[in-house]
Amino acid sequence: MAFQDNPGFARRTLLAGGGAAVLAAPAVHAQGSAASAPIKIGLVAVLTGPAASLGTHLRDGWMLGMRHLDTKLGGRRVETIVIDDELRPDVAVTKVRAALERDKVDFVVGVVFSNILGAIIRPVTDSGTFLISTNAGPSTLAGRGCSPYFFTTSYNNDQVHSVMGQVAQDSNYRRVFVLTPNYQAGRDAVAGFKSKFQGTVVDEVYVPLTQMDFSAELAKIASLRPDAVFTFMPGGLGVNLVKQYRQAGLATIPFLSTFTVDEATLPAQGEAALGFYAAASWAPNMDNPANQAFVRDFEGVYNYVPASYAAQSYDAARLLDSAVKKVGGNFTDKNALRNAIAAADFQSVRGPFRFGINQYPVQDFWQLQVARRPDGRFQTETVRKVLSANIDPWAPECRMPVRI
Amino acid sequence: MNTTLLLVQALNGLQFGILLFLIAAGLTLVFGVMDFINLAHGVQYMVGAYLGATLAAWTGSFWLGLLLTLPATLAFGLLLEFLVFRHFYDRDHLSQVLATFGVILFLNEGMRVLFGTAPMQMPMPAALSGGIAIMDGLLYPTYRIAILAVGLATAALLWFLVERTRAGMLVRAGASNAPMVSALGVDIRRLFMLVFGFGAMLAGFAGALAAPILSVEPGMGDTPLILAFVVIVIGGIGSIRGAFLAALLVGLVETLGRGLMPDLMRLFLDPSAARQTGAALASMLVYIVMAAILAFRPAGLFPARR
Repeated sequence: MAFQDNPGFARRTLLAGGGAAVLAAPAVHAQGSAASAPIKIGLVAVLTGPAASLGTHLRDGWMLGMRHLDTKLGGRRVETIVIDDELRPDVAVTKVRAALERDKVDFVVGVVFSNILGAIIRPVTDSGTFLISTNAGPSTLAGRGCSPYFFTTSYNNDQVHSVMGQVAQDSNYRRVFVLTPNYQAGRDAVAGFKSKFQGTVVDEVYVPLTQMDFSAELAKIASLRPDAVFTFMPGGLGVNLVKQYRQAGLATIPFLSTFTVDEATLPAQGEAALGFYAAASWAPNMDNPANQAFVRDFEGVYNYVPASYAAQSYDAARLLDSAVKKVGGNFTDKNALRNAIAAADFQSVRGPFRFGINQYPVQDFWQLQVARRPDGRFQTETVRKVLSANIDPWAPECRMPVRI
Repeated sequence: MNTTLLLVQALNGLQFGILLFLIAAGLTLVFGVMDFINLAHGVQYMVGAYLGATLAAWTGSFWLGLLLTLPATLAFGLLLEFLVFRHFYDRDHLSQVLATFGVILFLNEGMRVLFGTAPMQMPMPAALSGGIAIMDGLLYPTYRIAILAVGLATAALLWFLVERTRAGMLVRAGASNAPMVSALGVDIRRLFMLVFGFGAMLAGFAGALAAPILSVEPGMGDTPLILAFVVIVIGGIGSIRGAFLAALLVGLVETLGRGLMPDLMRLFLDPSAARQTGAALASMLVYIVMAAILAFRPAGLFPARR
C-alpha cells in the first residue's frame, strides 16, 4: 500500500520528517532545500461507516492521480497522509489539526460531506493552508463565506438539483412528484429543483433518513400519475428506492434524480436503475483523452467503475500539479500560489474547466442516464448538455479579497 | 385519498409488519427466555443478508442461496454464542448492552473489510420477479406476496414449536422461571444456546429474504433493530403471539402514518408546513403508540406469564 492507513506508519514518517526538518533548519531560507522536501497532502475522506464507499472513490481517484504523476506535483515528491474523518465533525477537526500542526501538511484535499467541510474549514484556512474540496461544495462557502484559501473541484449542490429542474422544464413535464429525505439537504434539493421547474409539483413527500420500505410513497405516486418523479436519495436510501420503484412497475414514469444513481450505488442497483436519469458535470463515458485515460486506468488498478467523487479528486491532483509547476515548487508567496491554482491550467476529465470569482468551478452540467456497458457493468452516460458554463447562484454574494 | 389507495397502503403496512416480525421473533425469544439484551440481533440480520447474497452468487441460484443461509447463520449464531454471549448470561443488562454493542461495531466493520464498502445486490428469483396490478399503474411485486406468505408460515411454525412441542414447553418454562427449570434437571445452558442459535437463524433468514428489495450494506441492521425492540416491547417480551400482533401494528402505523399524516396535517396547516410536520410526526408515530400502550399495559400486550 502506497498510502498510509496505518497510524503507526504515519508516526514513523512523522519522526523521520521531524528529523529532516531539524537538520534542514539552518538552510530553511535557501530555495534549494524547499524543493527537495516532499510536499505533504492531507487527504480527508470518510473511510468507515455507511458512507465509506464514497470516501473510497474519492481516495482512489486522488491515488490514481498520484500514480499518473509519478507521485510528484510540479516535479516535487509527494507524501499523502490519508485522514479518515469517520463522518464525525469532531474527529475530523482533531485529525486535521494534527495534520496541520504536527505533520505540517502543505495542502488539505478531499472531503465528501459538507458538514465535515464546515467543521474543518476554519482551522485549515486560518493556518494559511489551501483547502481543495473534491466533493463538498456548500452554499455557505460559495457566497458570503467564500475564502481565498478555499477551492473546490466539484460544484455547488444547488446547481446539480437545478439541472434536473431544467430537464423537467425542457421535457415539458407539467406535473412532477417530489420525494426527498426530511433534512436540510433534502429541502435544498427541492428548492434547487423548483428554481428551474415552472410546472406543478403535485406533491412533495419527505421521508426519514432511515427509511427502508418505500411502498407507501410508491402507492401515492401510482395514484397521482405524475409526468415524472424528482428525487434526491443518497446512498442506501437510493438503492432501496430504485429497486422498489422498478419492482412496483413504476419505471414507465421518468425517474429524475440527483445523487441517487451513480457509480457508487449502481453495483447494488444494477438492472433496476437502467434508464433512470441523473445530473452531473462529469460521466465516465465523456469523450476526451484525459477522461479516457482516467477511466481506463482507474478500472485497471481498482477494478470498479469510478464515480464523480473519484473524477473530481483526480482533477484536484492534476490541478495542484499545474499550480506547483507554475510557482516553481515555492510556496512562500501565498498570492502567487493562489493565482496559480485559480488559473486552473490543466486538462480536466470533464473538458472545459475554470474557476469563478468564488473559486468554485464554472462548468457545463449534463443530463445523464444509467446504461449497461458491453462488459456488463453499469455506468451513467451523458444524454445532453443542460447548462453551459454555469455559475453557481451564490457567487454574486461572494466578496473575494484580491490579495490574501 | 380514495379507498383503493387506503387498502393498498394497509397491505403495504401488513407486509412491512411481517418483515418486522421475522426480525423481532428471534429477538423476543432471546430476550424473553434468556433475559438477555442482544443488540447484535440487527447485525445477525445483516450477516444473513450478506451470506444470502454471497451464497446465491456462488451457487447461481436464489433458492439454494436462501436454503444454505439457514445453516450458515445458525452456525454463525452458535459461534457468537460460544465466543461472546455465553460469558454474559449471568452479568447485568448494562454489560450485555456494552458487549453486544461491541459486536455490532466489530461486525459492521468486519463486513466492510470482507465485502468492501459498496452496497451489494441479491437478484430476485426469476419466478417471483413479476407483479400483480393491484391498482391503476401500480404493481404489487410477487416477491412481496411471497414474503407475506413465508412470514405467515413462519409465524404458524413458531406458534406450533413454542406451544405444542416439548422443546417449546421448556422454552416457555425457561421464560417464566429459568432456575426452576434448571432445578428440574434440564440443561438450561444448552437450551439457551439452542434458543440463541435459532434466534440468530431467524434474523439471518429475514435478512436474506429482505436482501432482494433492500440495500445490502454494512449497518443495514441498525434501523430494523430499533423497530424490532419497539415490536417486542409492545407485544410483551418473550411472547411470539405478542410479537406477531405488535409487528403488524407497528408496520401498519408506520406505513399508514407516512401515507396519511401529511394529508391530515393539511387540514390545519398550510401545505408546505403540513408536509414537513406531517413527515416528522409520521416518523414519531410508532413511538407515540408505544408510549401510549405502555402507559396502559406496562408489560406489553401479551406478557409471558411469570
